[in-house]
Amino acid sequence: MTAPLLAVDRLTMRFGGLVAIDAVSFHAENQKITSIIGPNGAGKTTVFNCLTGFYKPTSGRLLLTTPKGEFHLERMEDFRINQRAGVARTFQNIRLFPAMSVLENLMVAQHNKLMRASVWSLAGLLGLGAYRRAERDAVELGRYWLERIDLIDRADKPAGDLPYGDQRRLEIARAMCSEPRLLCLDEPAAGLNPRETLLLNDLLRFIRDEHNAGVLLIEHDMSMVMEISDHIVVLDYGRKIAEGDPEAVRNNPAVIRAYLGEDEEESA
Amino acid sequence: MEYFLQQLINGVTLGSIYGLIAIGYTMVYGIIGMINFAHGDIFMIGAFSGLIVIVGLGALGLGSAGGLIVVAIIGAMIVAAAYGWALERIAYRPLRGSFRLAALISAIGMSILLQNYVQLAQGARVKPLQPMIEGGFVLMQKGDFTVNLSYLQIIIVGTTIALMTGFSLLIAKTSIGRSQRACEQDMKMAALLGLDVNRTISLTFMMGAALAAVAGMMFLIYYGVIDFFIGFLVGIKAFTAAVLGGIGSLPGAMLGGLLIGLIETFWSGYFTVEYKDVAAFAILVLVLIFRPTGLLGRPEVEKV
Repeated sequence: MTAPLLAVDRLTMRFGGLVAIDAVSFHAENQKITSIIGPNGAGKTTVFNCLTGFYKPTSGRLLLTTPKGEFHLERMEDFRINQRAGVARTFQNIRLFPAMSVLENLMVAQHNKLMRASVWSLAGLLGLGAYRRAERDAVELGRYWLERIDLIDRADKPAGDLPYGDQRRLEIARAMCSEPRLLCLDEPAAGLNPRETLLLNDLLRFIRDEHNAGVLLIEHDMSMVMEISDHIVVLDYGRKIAEGDPEAVRNNPAVIRAYLGEDEEESA
Repeated sequence: MEYFLQQLINGVTLGSIYGLIAIGYTMVYGIIGMINFAHGDIFMIGAFSGLIVIVGLGALGLGSAGGLIVVAIIGAMIVAAAYGWALERIAYRPLRGSFRLAALISAIGMSILLQNYVQLAQGARVKPLQPMIEGGFVLMQKGDFTVNLSYLQIIIVGTTIALMTGFSLLIAKTSIGRSQRACEQDMKMAALLGLDVNRTISLTFMMGAALAAVAGMMFLIYYGVIDFFIGFLVGIKAFTAAVLGGIGSLPGAMLGGLLIGLIETFWSGYFTVEYKDVAAFAILVLVLIFRPTGLLGRPEVEKV
């Protein structure tokens, strides 16, 4: 058996006396959608923040295995987690660069590639061919994703002027332009209408099936989670209480108890 | 009319110098939200570096005036960029996470440090430079008043236009410019997309410093004297220019520089030379009262 794309091993995060995540372990596989669910305050976003370098975990390991090698995410600086290891994320609240154009948002995500091609701008300043080619390829990749999310007509509009649902998908496209191996999405369906949620589902399936990347998803919209997840991890009060495929999780008594808040005495 | 035209020419020249310095203030403010009060002293360092190159190569008997100036400008840009980089690395980066006032105080401290350092290393007396580019056009003559447009003024304004155009293109079109704008809007998100934010900030300081060094060279050749204290007043005026144009806005800095240069020149031409600084700073006060975001500045949008 090959190593999983992401192996989270006894991840623990304490803030003073508060244990936000308590020895959580799970795997996320390449070309699978792995969802993390749980009631509010279960520690889902904290897991993401540890993965992307916002927090340094109190203990535990986060091992990412890609064809480029093994990366211990818990020891890496924030920008290197994307640059070297290839982990990209989106936020609950949209964080596009609103004053930049839609296409420019996608170009920013390809900065490192362009800088390498331009020999840190020397070639760019001289207008050499290699840089022009790289720039053209970057625009090409940007347009590819814009076609995919149906925003090609708005390429030169400021990103901040797009409707909410389009901004969500643009954010995912931007993350994909950094050509990640693992895409972490924090509640991408929040605030979307049912039609936009369907478009989002299509986009996530497309990424999983066509782009050789793993998707890690935090989501409250249960119908969406049940529909597109390959694997589900359930957190409650910072602990993992269940995991498995959607069917197994749906019928797991511990999960039902956590969600319905069933009283211990009554159930006894 | 003749008098007006002459003041206009002089004002545009002075405004070019202010504009080039103002870009450094506005870019640094845009990206990390602090006023780099040592920027005026980087301008002074640039002028001194240029002077040292000119005097040094001149003593060896190398090169023509034009060649000397070009070498001196490049040398001054490199030295100033190194100072700009070191300034950020030593005095500002360690304080980035702390309260806003800390970096500001550090900047004022660095400004005093640089002034005293140059005073000790180069002496307190003014340093003269004999005119290197002479001559020009006589545009008009009326009685004994002539309107002159010197070659030097043409070079200063021409260089400024070229640099500003190139720089605007760099910000608008290249990957470096994009990464700077991205860091300006959301530094954390930029890092999550793999951008090395520290490097981008260093680069911003170096670019601003290099432009200030060019302004320093222009000042040196235009006025023919410099001392360790020139960075203070010129720096504050360029800062005023950046605020007038709208701090954080690149075209604003250029426009603000031009306006401050014109205001100062016309005030000394038509009223009193003694109060020209008062006129420039009165503008700063009025702008801050009536239009705090400046002429081209965007109103501050509350981040959600």
